[in-house]
Amino acid sequence: MSARRAAWLFLAPALLVLGVFFLIPVLGALVLSFTDYDLYALADLHNLRFVALGNYWALLHRPAFWAALGHTFYFVAVGVPLSLAASLGAALLLHSRLARCKAFFRTALFAPVVTTAVAMAVVWRYLFNTRYGWANHLLGMLGIHPVDWLGDPHWAMPTIILFAVWKNFGYNMIILLAGLQAIPVELYEAARIDGASAWRQFRHVSLPLLGPTLLMVAILTVSGYFQLFAEPYVMTEGGPLESTTSVLYLMYEDGFQWWNLGVASAEAFVLFLVMFAVTAAMLRLSSREQAGEAA
Amino acid sequence: MGMGARRGAWLRWVVIVAVLCLAGCAGKRTDALVFWTFGPEGEAVAQLLPDFERTHPDIQVEVQQLPLSAAHQKLLTAIAGGTTPDMAQLGNTWLPELVALHALAPLQRHVADSANVTSSDYFASIWATNVSDGQLYGIPWYVDTRLLFYRSDLLKQAGFDAPPRDWAGWRRMLAALSHPERKVYGILLPTNEYEQLLSLALQQPDPLLRDGDRYGNFESAGFERALTFYVDTFRLRQAPVVTNVEVSNPWEEFGRGTYAFYLSGPWNIGEFRKRLPAAEQADWSTAPLPGPDGPGAGLAGGASLVVFRASKRRRAAWALIEYLSQPEVQQRFYRLTGDMPPRRSSWDSPLLRDDVQARAFRDQLERVKPTPAVPEWERIAVMMQQVAARAVAGELTVDQAAAEMDRQADRILAKRRWLLDRAEAKR
Amino acid sequence: MNPRLAKALVNGLLLGGALVALFPLAWMLAVSFMPPGTSNALPPPLWPANPTLDNYRQLFGHAGMWRYLLNSLLISGAITLLSLACNLLAGYAFAKLRFAGRERLFRMLLGLLVIPAQVAMLPLFLMFKYTGLVDSYAGVVLPGMATVLGIFLVRQYARGLPDELLEAARIDGASELRIFVCVVLPLLRPVVATLAILTFLTAWNDFMWPLIELTGQGHYTLPLGLASLAREHTEGTEQMMAGSVLTVLPVLVLFLSMQRHYLDGLLMGSVKG
Repeated sequence: MSARRAAWLFLAPALLVLGVFFLIPVLGALVLSFTDYDLYALADLHNLRFVALGNYWALLHRPAFWAALGHTFYFVAVGVPLSLAASLGAALLLHSRLARCKAFFRTALFAPVVTTAVAMAVVWRYLFNTRYGWANHLLGMLGIHPVDWLGDPHWAMPTIILFAVWKNFGYNMIILLAGLQAIPVELYEAARIDGASAWRQFRHVSLPLLGPTLLMVAILTVSGYFQLFAEPYVMTEGGPLESTTSVLYLMYEDGFQWWNLGVASAEAFVLFLVMFAVTAAMLRLSSREQAGEAA
Repeated sequence: MGMGARRGAWLRWVVIVAVLCLAGCAGKRTDALVFWTFGPEGEAVAQLLPDFERTHPDIQVEVQQLPLSAAHQKLLTAIAGGTTPDMAQLGNTWLPELVALHALAPLQRHVADSANVTSSDYFASIWATNVSDGQLYGIPWYVDTRLLFYRSDLLKQAGFDAPPRDWAGWRRMLAALSHPERKVYGILLPTNEYEQLLSLALQQPDPLLRDGDRYGNFESAGFERALTFYVDTFRLRQAPVVTNVEVSNPWEEFGRGTYAFYLSGPWNIGEFRKRLPAAEQADWSTAPLPGPDGPGAGLAGGASLVVFRASKRRRAAWALIEYLSQPEVQQRFYRLTGDMPPRRSSWDSPLLRDDVQARAFRDQLERVKPTPAVPEWERIAVMMQQVAARAVAGELTVDQAAAEMDRQADRILAKRRWLLDRAEAKR
Repeated sequence: MNPRLAKALVNGLLLGGALVALFPLAWMLAVSFMPPGTSNALPPPLWPANPTLDNYRQLFGHAGMWRYLLNSLLISGAITLLSLACNLLAGYAFAKLRFAGRERLFRMLLGLLVIPAQVAMLPLFLMFKYTGLVDSYAGVVLPGMATVLGIFLVRQYARGLPDELLEAARIDGASELRIFVCVVLPLLRPVVATLAILTFLTAWNDFMWPLIELTGQGHYTLPLGLASLAREHTEGTEQMMAGSVLTVLPVLVLFLSMQRHYLDGLLMGSVKG
């Protein structure tokens, strides 16, 4: 057996799986998004029409879609910076020479990441119950009025964001911690000899050297957060007043509740394009910034 | 590392894989008759089954209980995926949708041969919801309409001896019974359930869809009147703006007097009897729905038993339907769930005749109206409620909400219009 | 800043963070042992006054949790084993076997990473509908049998293997498959462990695709069963917490016992190749 033939044989199972169960369906989704495949078509393919860009055009004129896109952006725009801040803070604390019991703290802070999102969303729903939840109980102890966390359209998304931060910050914390540990100690020594405060050390040593890691982590988190689904599915069922309906939630409802597969495919593709545009813009921006700094 | 250790590791994997495979085999489908139920009916059916299986030793029934909130979606997914059960409990407002999908088996032939199931014994308006294009697709199992549960003791305290008969009287009671500053409200209307608004809307003379069900008719005077009454109830703070996601235990709250009225269906008779302490059992009752001027119409709801076209066990399914349709079995079923039987002979037992809380339903059942028989109806109803919830929140006026409902309904019905036009052009 | 104060601050913040991270887990565990109806009280209780196993008994007896647990084990186990096989073979081939277009193909695979998996779900469902795979274990396992990230991870690790070893085996006349099984696999053990635990945890926690694909309760995994109970709004808090414990505990224990492998994988996966 030649090495070339062996290589293709070794590759075959994985490529077959990825091709048949991912690549072909993705192309299929593109085709589907140009049709009005729905319940009627499901019953009888004669009821299927080719509508070209009709689904996309209709989406642009559908307030519910813009609302879902808005909620998704809200979740990303607030959730990602908060998550990153929490991750970076935790990583800095863990990296500090002053910290004790580092292994324990690292495990404890990371534990939420490995838990099942659905199960913890259920727990969260009870913790943030307006009447009996701990969140309002603690607020009450501080003399603050109870908040209708999941029932008030203004609070439901922030509650989900809090949950997402709690659930996910440990992941990036580990990566950033590794990034911090890779920074040579001598740089800090030098800075300290120059009399730089802890803040200035962070600002001028840690942050610039952590830049590329931070960017990568940010991009991964952004694309992850765009795919918001399980949390509203369990915690709010997309409500109240559709305030937690994300694009994916809408896609799930349109596709698998009402069986408008054509419309849902168009929604999936728009989400894909938006994610692509946002992450590309982030990459572009950061490379320009680096070029600017180098100049 | 020595060979022994590695062999140990391999052995462990083999054992794990073997266990998993065994588990997989155990999970394989048996040859049983698969029966989907939604909500609390499943448990009751499980108790009725032993007698059936005794008289039909050749039939094994596997009852699968699915959550009511996911019922519609589960059914459509099963049809879309080709994984329908043999038979199911089906809300009769969904029947047209499933018929349009060619998912249900016609039952007329079975009824013709049956000594037990005779159409003349069933409430006519309920039986009619199971007929589509002259073909019968379901046998009514229980009837369901929304009406008022009320706390008679609280009404009495406020000086009302009888439940309301019209909207004006109802509004007066709601006002007297609501104390929002103490978190006490006249009524609970979860803002993500459409049945309440729908019941009010069906009391109006205007149909919900117009022109052969081609367009929405939400801007009609009748619907706007219903929507106004519904929205006002929240604006006057006679109902809290909550969804059923937040109200995890409405029975307990009703028992505590947080709500004096609860607009719901007959299954809650059973729930209240089960969940409220004995001392509170005399304090609640049921009343027909008050209408705009005098007793109003209600939703012709309920569930039918249907057999799926793809089933290979249609004969066994029919045997179970016949068994569940026997008046004695329906009476036992009523005792277990509080679900009202759909046939007159089942109502003849003293158990139902003399039940005060059930009587209101019997009364209401004389005045029920079906929802439009289009496959898109469930979707339109959900949309209607979403828009209504925005009106409740003050985002839209009643007029704006009605216009928005019509706009969205017309969009949802676009494909239907095309299909109808095409069919007409062919003719 | 005073060093002792700084030390107290750092450790205090860590302690606070750990408390926030662990509180929901601890609360879930405590409530799962409370008798039904007792957790909805003011002030909310933290500790079961009369601990009971009733909630678990209820779940296993009446809600069919055994079935869900077995399904979860079966599906996650199958995905782990099968995807290990596919990803190891492919990752090794990309790292060590020479063939035309290798780098281009690999870059194309990485390109797939930008497409969110949900785009494929709608047609995938239709595909499975027409092949009769809806509501089957296979419908969940098949699409999970190979992952770009897994291939990437193996490739990263395998590139570090010494070429001389492989050449020596080739000169001895060993076939490529034999080289892979006898020489490469033993050297790949660390990455195998890492990939196994990563895949298992991901499969266990996966939600959206199983939700779409598994239409009948008989095939539900734990997260699906739990979400379905949660949306029904009829089970008490205590029982829901018991269900959550059952769903979370297996993965948490697995993580704690193989923490190092898991974190290694996480770091490897995040380093751009």
